[in-house]
Amino acid sequence: MGDKADVWQGTLALMVLKTLETMGPQHGYGIARRIEQTSGNLLSLNYGTLYPALLKLEQECAIVSEWGTSDNNRKAKFYRLTRVGRKMLEREERSWQQATAIVGRFLSPSEES
Amino acid sequence: MRALRAFFHRLRGLFARHSAQDDIAAELESHLQLHIDDNLRAGMTPQEARRRALVQLGGLEQTQQAVRERRTLPWFEYLLQDLRFALRQLRKSPGFTAVVIVTLALGIGVNTALFSIVNTVLLHPIDLPHPGELLAVDASKPNFETGSISYPNFLDWQRDNRSFSGLAIYRHVGFVMTGSGYSERVRGNYVTSNFFPLLGVKPSLGRLFAAGEDEIGRAPIVMLGGGFWAREFGSDPNIVGRSITLDGRAYTVVGIIPATFDLRVGGFLPEDIYVPIGQWQNEALKLRGAGLGIHGIARLRQGVTLAQAQANMNNVTNHLAAVYPEEDRGLRASLRPLREAIVGNVRPVLFVLLAAVGFVLLIACSNVANLLLARSSARAQEFGVRIALGAGRSRIVCQILTESTALALAGGALALVLAAWGTHAAVALAPDTLPRASHIQLSPAVLCFTFGVSFAVGILFGLIPAWRVAARQPQSALRDAGSRTVHGSRHRTQDALVVFQMAAALVLLAGAGLMVRSLFALYHTSPGFDPKGVLRFSVAGPDALVLHNPVGARAYARSLDQQMRSVHGISGVSLMGNDVPMTGDDDEELFWLQNEAKPADANDMHWSLLYTVEPDYLRIMRIPLLRGRWFADADRADTPHVIVIDENLARQFFPNTDPIGKIVNLTNPDNIQATVIGVVGHVLHWGLDSDGSSSLRAQLYIDLGQLADSQFLSKSGFFWNVAVRADHPDTVFPEIQSSLRQMNASQVAWRPLTMNQIIAGSLAARRFSMILLGAFAALALLLASVGLYGVISYLVGQRTQEMAIRMALGADRGRVLRLVMRRGAALAGIGVAVGTVAALLVTRLMASVSLEKSSMIYGVHPWDPITMIGVIAILTSVALLACYVPARRAASVDPMRALRSE
Repeated sequence: MGDKADVWQGTLALMVLKTLETMGPQHGYGIARRIEQTSGNLLSLNYGTLYPALLKLEQECAIVSEWGTSDNNRKAKFYRLTRVGRKMLEREERSWQQATAIVGRFLSPSEES
Repeated sequence: MRALRAFFHRLRGLFARHSAQDDIAAELESHLQLHIDDNLRAGMTPQEARRRALVQLGGLEQTQQAVRERRTLPWFEYLLQDLRFALRQLRKSPGFTAVVIVTLALGIGVNTALFSIVNTVLLHPIDLPHPGELLAVDASKPNFETGSISYPNFLDWQRDNRSFSGLAIYRHVGFVMTGSGYSERVRGNYVTSNFFPLLGVKPSLGRLFAAGEDEIGRAPIVMLGGGFWAREFGSDPNIVGRSITLDGRAYTVVGIIPATFDLRVGGFLPEDIYVPIGQWQNEALKLRGAGLGIHGIARLRQGVTLAQAQANMNNVTNHLAAVYPEEDRGLRASLRPLREAIVGNVRPVLFVLLAAVGFVLLIACSNVANLLLARSSARAQEFGVRIALGAGRSRIVCQILTESTALALAGGALALVLAAWGTHAAVALAPDTLPRASHIQLSPAVLCFTFGVSFAVGILFGLIPAWRVAARQPQSALRDAGSRTVHGSRHRTQDALVVFQMAAALVLLAGAGLMVRSLFALYHTSPGFDPKGVLRFSVAGPDALVLHNPVGARAYARSLDQQMRSVHGISGVSLMGNDVPMTGDDDEELFWLQNEAKPADANDMHWSLLYTVEPDYLRIMRIPLLRGRWFADADRADTPHVIVIDENLARQFFPNTDPIGKIVNLTNPDNIQATVIGVVGHVLHWGLDSDGSSSLRAQLYIDLGQLADSQFLSKSGFFWNVAVRADHPDTVFPEIQSSLRQMNASQVAWRPLTMNQIIAGSLAARRFSMILLGAFAALALLLASVGLYGVISYLVGQRTQEMAIRMALGADRGRVLRLVMRRGAALAGIGVAVGTVAALLVTRLMASVSLEKSSMIYGVHPWDPITMIGVIAILTSVALLACYVPARRAASVDPMRALRSE
């Protein structure tokens, strides 16, 4: 487990939004698993931290939730992206890409010349 | 935007807490289930599956806590929690809560009510722009500090001064208005054109008087007061440009003064109508030496001080005195800030009342402090346990503060209700002389004041116990609570507070008692006549009939007398001048004695009050005739002039001789020589309480029938006051009025007042302050006894077991009762002793506070022993009663049960 990275501050919301965009409505457990899988199991996610983040997104009207039934017939709360959330995702995605591009240039100066 | 949206969600989260709590629990449960399902599928044992799921979640409770903190606003939640806890605690002891809230409500409520009055009357007596620049201007003469300004002097002052941006004059006037139904009396003011512009009053309709329109000889115009306009003309906007008939002349209406205009200073009142002073049909207006009751208002130029203006006006008047030595010698301009002229005489009384209210609030606060103190020590164990269990001291302090603030706010809210009611009641009781009384209402400033006070009280008295709790070691709190020893220091604080309350209540009671005794003394002061059965009113005759016809007027007066005597129940009728006792109005006569040379000017003459009356007057007023005879019908205009004097004039000018038959030179009219035919008793003309301190107390009567023709008609026509003796003075006026209308429909009678009403009116200010002070004193007594009751009850509660042990060991109930009573009596006794000393100082102070013209304390010594003993007896008996109730409870304790309950 020691080689797994912790979730960086502020990126969890972005991952949640992206997950919901690609997978459609999903419950908390599903989102958590998906994030782990997408990171190729390189990320160590404390599932408990996911719920305050979900609540925050909900309070910001980026997502809405609703009780439903899971694939294997369990009652679960499903989260769905809203229009506000989609816009937020676009914005965050752009700024994140910009940030990584800038950091990337610093880290590989060979491209400069 | 995002943050804001989230904030509102969290705020809402506060109120939907329970369902949200369930929701998150269900969600986490479902999360675990899903995870466990997966783990089972991966081949784990059920226990292992659950353990792993929980580990990966990071703990169920922790996650819930994290979500909860995200859901709501934690600090706010703590506050709500404290509040809920405080309310629960308060509900658990309803007696304590009710006493604290009611105590605070009374203290703060009375405060707010009085502050509302002070706010309007003292702090904002003038509802006009830049009131600080306004001055009351009068002519100061050797006999009158604030005498009347003559019109020519006014014109010169206005022209010559360099200090005022404006100087205006006004003069009260009455008109008879005809043209619609019965003739009607309207009240008004003569003003100069610049009067309203100077004050900053704008017309609500039409225009103000233009410059120059106030000069003598211009066309008659009038402005109407808003109230009069609404009452008489139904606020008809077409009134402007029409004309109304006043004293037989047509005046064109040019504008309306807003009904909200309110200024009461000296003789000025907002009246029905306003007329340019140049319209005054009075030849004396042009005389520099005339005293016509004209007074002035000025506005200081910007940057000019009162002292500079006074110096400037001194130059102006000195110059005039040099040019017109005969009229203006010794005459100066008296300048006073308008605010001072208005509130000067109510200020000391209001300050006394404010002090009384401050005392009441202090008593209320010390009551609350005492109760909170007692409560906090009763709860010391609870706090000790909580601190020992790890509660943060700051949380406990916060919680106590929340509790006392909640109490204070509840008290404040209730106080507001009380204050609204109290203000209303006080305004209803207020005498007319209180400036802007009709404008008194709960203002936003007062609202802030109330909540400020209640907050401060809550925080302050919350802090003492909170600080005490926080400073203590938990183990000491726990140890104390278990023991039965009594804390000396805490008791000393409580005892001191109770002693203070008793003392303060005694001071208030003594003050109120002296006011009551003063009023009582005044009601038993003989005014020098018998007011019972006397009614006065005013009449104005038809102008056409009598104007410029003194002979007709004389005959008309006689038939008027006859007509009124024919009304059922009337046993005496006398026309008279402005000299009705107790109304504040007067006429004056200047005279010199036979053996004296004629003085050079008015200042060197003798002065006396002048009563112009008819022969019935003595019988109507029942003034005692001490020597000689009174006027008879035989005294006519063509018989030798005779006068009657009062005992004061006799003593002052004819000491040690018989005044009957002496000759006196009267200046008005025309240096007539008159013979003194009788001496009558002195009448308290200036009021029951003020006459003694008045400088003008000699009184002189002349017979109206002997007046010269030139005097019989006043310049504004046929106008007299009337005094009648009637069987039913309160109800007879409508009959008189209809009888007079039968005689001539265009004559009017108005303003009926019985002598008793007039006397009551002259005491209104005194009664007002007495009632208020009495109410405060009663309140103080109540609060102080509640305080004593509370402390003794607390004591009894603390020592129940001690009492039980004493009784179990053989002490009888009487002994226990005495034990408790002795303690209460000791507290009350010290309070009374301290209070008596304080009261003796305070009443001395009160005696130096004047109410209008006389001291607040009248007719009794400020150290009146009867009052002192009386209030001490009242306070002591109420205090003992307050002790007796808990003492009885202590004595009726069942020792076995009390000991077992430990």
